[in-house]
Amino acid sequence: MTTTRPAGGTDRMRQSTHVADEPPPAGPGEELLRAIVEACSEGVVLCDTDGVVVMVNAAAARMAPEILPGRPAASGRAAALFGHDHPEGDSREVGRGHLRLRVRREAFGVAHHAWYLRDVTAESARTDALLAERRRTEFLVEAGRRLSASLNTRRCARTAVELAVSFLADAAMVVLPPTGRRQAGWLRSVAGQHSLQEGAVTAASTAQVPGLAEALAGFPPVPSRWLDPGQAPRWLLPDGFGQAGHLLVTPLPGNGVPAGALVLARREGGPAFEEEDEVLVRVFAARAGAAISAAALYQEQSATNAILTSDLLPPALPALAGLELAGSLRSAQQAGLIGGDFYDLYLPGPGAAGEPLVVLGDVCGKGARAAVLAGQVRQSLRTLLLLERRPERLTSLLNRSLLASPSPNPFVTLVLGALRTGQQGHVLLDLAVAGHPPPLVLRRDGTVQEVTAGGSLLGALQETVMTPVTVDLAPGELCLLYSDGITEAVGGPTGRQMYGGQRLMQALSTCAGMPASAAVERLEQISTEWLGGDVQDDRVLLAVQARAAR
Amino acid sequence: MSGTGLLAGDLLAAGEDYLRCIGRADEFGAVDLVVGLLADGVPAERLLLELIAPAQRRVGELWAANRWSVAREHGATAVSERAVAAIATRVRPEPTLGRVTVACTDGEYHALPTRLLAEVLRLRGWRVDFLGANVPGPHLITHLHQSGPDAVALGCALATRLPRAHATLTACQAVGVPVLAGGPGFGADGRFARLLGADAWAPTADAAADRLAGGLPSFATPSQAPAHLADEEYTHLTRRRGELLTGAMAALAGAYPPMAAYTAHQLDATAEDLGHILDFLAAALYVDDVEVFTGFVTWTRGVLQARGVPARALAVGLRIFRDELRDFPRARHMLVRGIEAAHDRGADLET
Repeated sequence: MTTTRPAGGTDRMRQSTHVADEPPPAGPGEELLRAIVEACSEGVVLCDTDGVVVMVNAAAARMAPEILPGRPAASGRAAALFGHDHPEGDSREVGRGHLRLRVRREAFGVAHHAWYLRDVTAESARTDALLAERRRTEFLVEAGRRLSASLNTRRCARTAVELAVSFLADAAMVVLPPTGRRQAGWLRSVAGQHSLQEGAVTAASTAQVPGLAEALAGFPPVPSRWLDPGQAPRWLLPDGFGQAGHLLVTPLPGNGVPAGALVLARREGGPAFEEEDEVLVRVFAARAGAAISAAALYQEQSATNAILTSDLLPPALPALAGLELAGSLRSAQQAGLIGGDFYDLYLPGPGAAGEPLVVLGDVCGKGARAAVLAGQVRQSLRTLLLLERRPERLTSLLNRSLLASPSPNPFVTLVLGALRTGQQGHVLLDLAVAGHPPPLVLRRDGTVQEVTAGGSLLGALQETVMTPVTVDLAPGELCLLYSDGITEAVGGPTGRQMYGGQRLMQALSTCAGMPASAAVERLEQISTEWLGGDVQDDRVLLAVQARAAR
Repeated sequence: MSGTGLLAGDLLAAGEDYLRCIGRADEFGAVDLVVGLLADGVPAERLLLELIAPAQRRVGELWAANRWSVAREHGATAVSERAVAAIATRVRPEPTLGRVTVACTDGEYHALPTRLLAEVLRLRGWRVDFLGANVPGPHLITHLHQSGPDAVALGCALATRLPRAHATLTACQAVGVPVLAGGPGFGADGRFARLLGADAWAPTADAAADRLAGGLPSFATPSQAPAHLADEEYTHLTRRRGELLTGAMAALAGAYPPMAAYTAHQLDATAEDLGHILDFLAAALYVDDVEVFTGFVTWTRGVLQARGVPARALAVGLRIFRDELRDFPRARHMLVRGIEAAHDRGADLET
């Protein structure tokens, strides 16, 4: 072949330009072309304008033996391969028995078109396996993320069944280990249903489900094919689900003890649990089991904790004859709401003599350790009150008990107040102030007075000095006890000012005419806003108010 | 009209009586009134939403108009709390639906609307844990781990609490619990609930109950922080709050000579007012919505006018911050719009 090759010779246009006066070389003959097509690994089916097969090569005959020359290509079983709407040049994949064929259509002039067939069975099996593996990995990543979110047993179990239903089965149930009452709680989710189902069965009933008792005991899972879904009891599956086609029961391994079992069901006619499904379910169950088990441990500890700290929380303040009480405690330890500031109310027992007594105090430190000491002070007072009700004597006894305490810093400041009703709706408050910020009295006209009743802090010195004082509250008037967490709060507009007693008195004066609960809430709000979101110390407020005349 | 034949008008008339009772802090009168209506067959939910809630809205308006003192407002609210409690102790349906935690945002003290929601949900058959006002985030999360509710209903009455509401919302979602947001703080159309990634929003307590009945996603996923926060104007403004206020107080003293004679309390109150400007500005920057700020300015102007304070005082404060915040283009734009709103006309910006 002779072509003109310009200097440099990189221009393809010129390279392919024939010199006009030379005839083109002869092409391969028909026999040669036929042999080339025949040797092609891709199937070739050449058709005429009517779609009648003109030529089929060996590869095409292997893939679709029914295609024969002289007959329309799209006839019989082969019709599925050759669509009329197949766009020219495009490929599409068609399943044919166990084979997967990629079919392409090309047109040659107006008279002929050809179909090219390629066997992609192995290739697409590899791709499918890869995609399935990726979906399993994505599922496990999502499962790990969601299962690690909560420390609540029920929510973890719920997450587990909802995840299982999204990917593994038509219905999923987590059966939790039987509790002390021999009841096993369960949670169930069903594909296509939004709501979660919950219930409990006796430990004995769990034995009705093939493999469940073993799974709950922590034995390794039994392959699904060994379980007869026909034996599943009615309670296992929801109404309307019908007979399960396949069951898979997998233990949820916990931290040392089984965390329950996962029961998966697929509908009759659905795919069976293959071995790779069972492997995936075991990995998933390990994650779900770890999450449920950690949550169960947390629940148990927090339940114990709640019992231990319940006595450290402030008491409810009941309505008393002729007076209103309101309190507020904001703890620096925000998760548990306990601390070294406290208040309490002691009512004389039924038939016993004496007045109700309130106390508000502050032990050295904050957090759980301070809360424990505060709880001891409250308990000691409760006991001492059986013997002594005079505030100055009580504080002296409490001082001696604190000095004997094993606590390294048993320092406590507090205010004790015995409540008496006076004439014409007045309330008389006998106050003892032990090293504590002075109580404030809000008069009807909005005047605020500081109560001058001195006394030493408790738990430090052998002898305490106490000068009790009696405050007379007319109807509507209020006496406020508070801790230094209120007055020493640093914040305000500039963020650096101490709140101080003056501001508290000013704020209290704006509460004239309010019920005690509203006054306390307002003062707490002002204090919280002063702190501007900062958390420094425990803060406590307690108001005693002579009930306003109706 | 309810099945008992009590017309809306009758409840409206009872509302007037109720408002009179709470305005006198007459707890017994208010409680007797609602208990009487309950005995007459008025459904508890109607009492909460058509008697107590509207009366409380009136209380807020009466305070804003300077017709009621702050003491009277607080007293009325305390009495309404008791009235709600009286209804709650008398009508106690067995819980048949799931479990919901109801809480106010950290720093939020307007608890009554949220309390009303808690009671409505209880009446509809939910098992409700009402945590009350000003719930610290860590306490709420501990509670969620312990109780495992199906959803959290989070109330936010003031836009200034939105950043903290956002933190709480994200924390709830991080432990997988979906959040239903409500309250005026999230915007009249709930736009900030959507912006901050709440799973649902409802404008009223009954709508919230309907929305919960419709089902929330069983597992929540925290959304990305809003993109506009990348300019850090919000972060810098809140970090420099104290310094900005100190500067503004000094500038105000120069611009307004009578301040020299202010008492400590008046100075505190002035600093507090300037602080509110910054807090609403910060909230507006956080959600990138100028109306949060202009809405606050318009509302404050009304409150000040009711108390005989000229709008000029507000505009002076806004101008000081506008001049101070040179490196904050978004904040300056909002302040300019705020100054317009303070004057209620845009012409005299340079005065």
